[in-house]
Amino acid sequence: MTTQAVRLFRKMDGLFAVYKPQGVHWKHVRDSIESNLLKALNSCPPPAPQRAVQFQLLSRGDNSSSKDLVLSPSMVPTLADHPLVTGPQFHKVHVGVGHRLDAFSSGVLVLGVGKGNGVLEHLCKSHVTRDYTLEGEFGKATDNFTYTGRVIEKTTYDHVTLDKLERVLAMIQGANQKALITYSQVDLSTQEAYELAVRGLLYPHGKSPPILTGLRCIHFNPPHFTLEVQCVNETQKYLRKLIHEVGLELRTSAVCSVVRRTRDGPFKVENALTRQHWTADSIIQAIAHFSKTTRKIRKSEMYRQTAAQSNSSVEVQEQTRSPTEQIN
Amino acid sequence: MLKPITARVVMLVCQRCVSLLLSRPLSSALQPSTRALHQLSHLPLQQHSTRHTLPQRHSRQTWRHFTDHQAASPGVYNQIDLAQKEVVPLNSDVHRIDLDAALHPSPLQEISEEEAVQIQVPSVLPTESSTLRPYVDKSETLSKLVQLGVNLWKLEQRPNVGSMLVRLDFHADVAPKLLFLKDLGVEESKLGQLLTKNPFILTENLDNLEARVSYLKSKKFSKQSVAAMVTKAPYLLNFSVERLDNRLGFFQKQLGLSAEKTRDVVTRLPKLLCGSLEPIKENLKVCELEFGFRGNEIQHIVTTVPKVLIANKRKLTQIFDFVHNTMDIPHSLIAKFPQVLNAKFLRIRERHLFLEYLGRAQYQPSQPSYISLDRVVFLPDDVFCSEVALATLEDFERFQKTL
Repeated sequence: MTTQAVRLFRKMDGLFAVYKPQGVHWKHVRDSIESNLLKALNSCPPPAPQRAVQFQLLSRGDNSSSKDLVLSPSMVPTLADHPLVTGPQFHKVHVGVGHRLDAFSSGVLVLGVGKGNGVLEHLCKSHVTRDYTLEGEFGKATDNFTYTGRVIEKTTYDHVTLDKLERVLAMIQGANQKALITYSQVDLSTQEAYELAVRGLLYPHGKSPPILTGLRCIHFNPPHFTLEVQCVNETQKYLRKLIHEVGLELRTSAVCSVVRRTRDGPFKVENALTRQHWTADSIIQAIAHFSKTTRKIRKSEMYRQTAAQSNSSVEVQEQTRSPTEQIN
Repeated sequence: MLKPITARVVMLVCQRCVSLLLSRPLSSALQPSTRALHQLSHLPLQQHSTRHTLPQRHSRQTWRHFTDHQAASPGVYNQIDLAQKEVVPLNSDVHRIDLDAALHPSPLQEISEEEAVQIQVPSVLPTESSTLRPYVDKSETLSKLVQLGVNLWKLEQRPNVGSMLVRLDFHADVAPKLLFLKDLGVEESKLGQLLTKNPFILTENLDNLEARVSYLKSKKFSKQSVAAMVTKAPYLLNFSVERLDNRLGFFQKQLGLSAEKTRDVVTRLPKLLCGSLEPIKENLKVCELEFGFRGNEIQHIVTTVPKVLIANKRKLTQIFDFVHNTMDIPHSLIAKFPQVLNAKFLRIRERHLFLEYLGRAQYQPSQPSYISLDRVVFLPDDVFCSEVALATLEDFERFQKTL
């Protein structure tokens, strides 16, 4: 026998994505979602209270004129099970956060509820790429690379053209490509390495510094410019620093005004929930929508683990990697 | 339902268990009424035992009896075991039990239905408990409070409140306070919430409460407003008259308001009288020096939205900074719609940026297609989109995802 609350709780198992507004810490996002879920769970009607036998003095039913009272047993709901005494039915719903977004950045933030937290770990370990949109502004440099920080220097940017910017971006991308091959730990002289590289399935193994796998300029209107970045193992601070370094390479300086994540692995911005939709109903819908993706992540991780075990036991040379990149 | 015989055995064993347990000093946290309940049920047994007293009987012999009963009903085995661990030598005369008293018939003897029904099995209350749950059904105070709608679960989280409630006597402590609140004009449905917020009103002296209410009435607060204030700020009556006087004087002097307006502000936000004055002074300084409002503007803001006084300083600054510096709204307009200082920052920012993106961000009253601040801030999302922004809700959400 399950209550309505328990049935609702069972639906809260899986991954979903929210759109984090700028200027909000991810912990606030997580906490507000957790409290919304708890509120929905605890607003369900409580289970029926236990009943206790009580002997009450009642007048005899058959002869109402007689004065003598008779003890008769009756079932009375106990007050000990009253919702005001027992408190809410649920005290905690585990909400886990995927790859973090700091307060300055906005965009897709993957959250896991219940058993989704285990899958969330797999998602973090599998080296999925993430898309970012960075907006920068030439002309000044600040201490924390954002436009709100303390200004350190001001420069001119008249000489910057789209051509020069793209040349710098290509150079940065080339350096990152080299780093990717180094950290992917494949022997470059093998057929497997060639095939992986051709199919674009190279990814860094184990711990690696942030690596950009794609970088291009999508909007250029000096002093404002917008970059689109695909990367792994990044932090938002690294991306802001990237803008700063682009500025330095162009013999000027630049600050970052927006860091926006448009994709985290298989989670795209279209399906992310905006602030108004952080309610239990929408979240359960989103979890159902992403249930297929969640299953895929779990499966690919299991495949990767078994592959790694067989590799180590037979001591074969580097086999083809599991296609974790394919899940998006 | 137990069969009569088994019921009898359980009763006998239970009574003895309880009497043995009672020979130890009870934890002081146990409520008086519960203790009375125990002793009441224990009374007939003691009367029997004093009739045939064998002073030198050692407690070990009692245990022989217990084991006899144990054989008779294996169902109560655990209970006896529990009681054995609690055993202490019986020294005082009062608690001496003579189990050889032949008054009780054999436990195996059959008894009639009526007799069985007369037997009252005392329930054993724990002497210590982390929750109030075990006591609720037995204590009159607690069960009445639950019926009033007091959230006992919330109260027991607070330190010492649980044991305070358990010690209260309904007729002596609780009922007079409830009647007092009822006479004050507090609605019955609000009593539960009030006591959940402030259970300490039950332990307060009734004369003090009367004095505070008469003080408020002497300051020309009407009966309705006093009742509303007590409902909104349950701790109001726990503060001394001097403190209340001090607060009222502060607001009248610091804000330069008339007595009428001070009364209005305090009635609408009685929390002002309860909290510390430091944050309020700070907020006033922030409004005056940091925001640059004039004195009469501050007066107007405070009388329309008293909550500005106790709002978070950082949030106030954030909102004012955005509204004044980004949306370019002058002081006079903000003072005209002070509710904007009480709104959510994210909401203001999203809506302003959306209007700006659509080219409708026009906040000058003298120009055409003027959008007032309260229309920006206080309409719900769908109405805002259809009436102010002239766009669809989907567009607004899509726009939010580009921020």
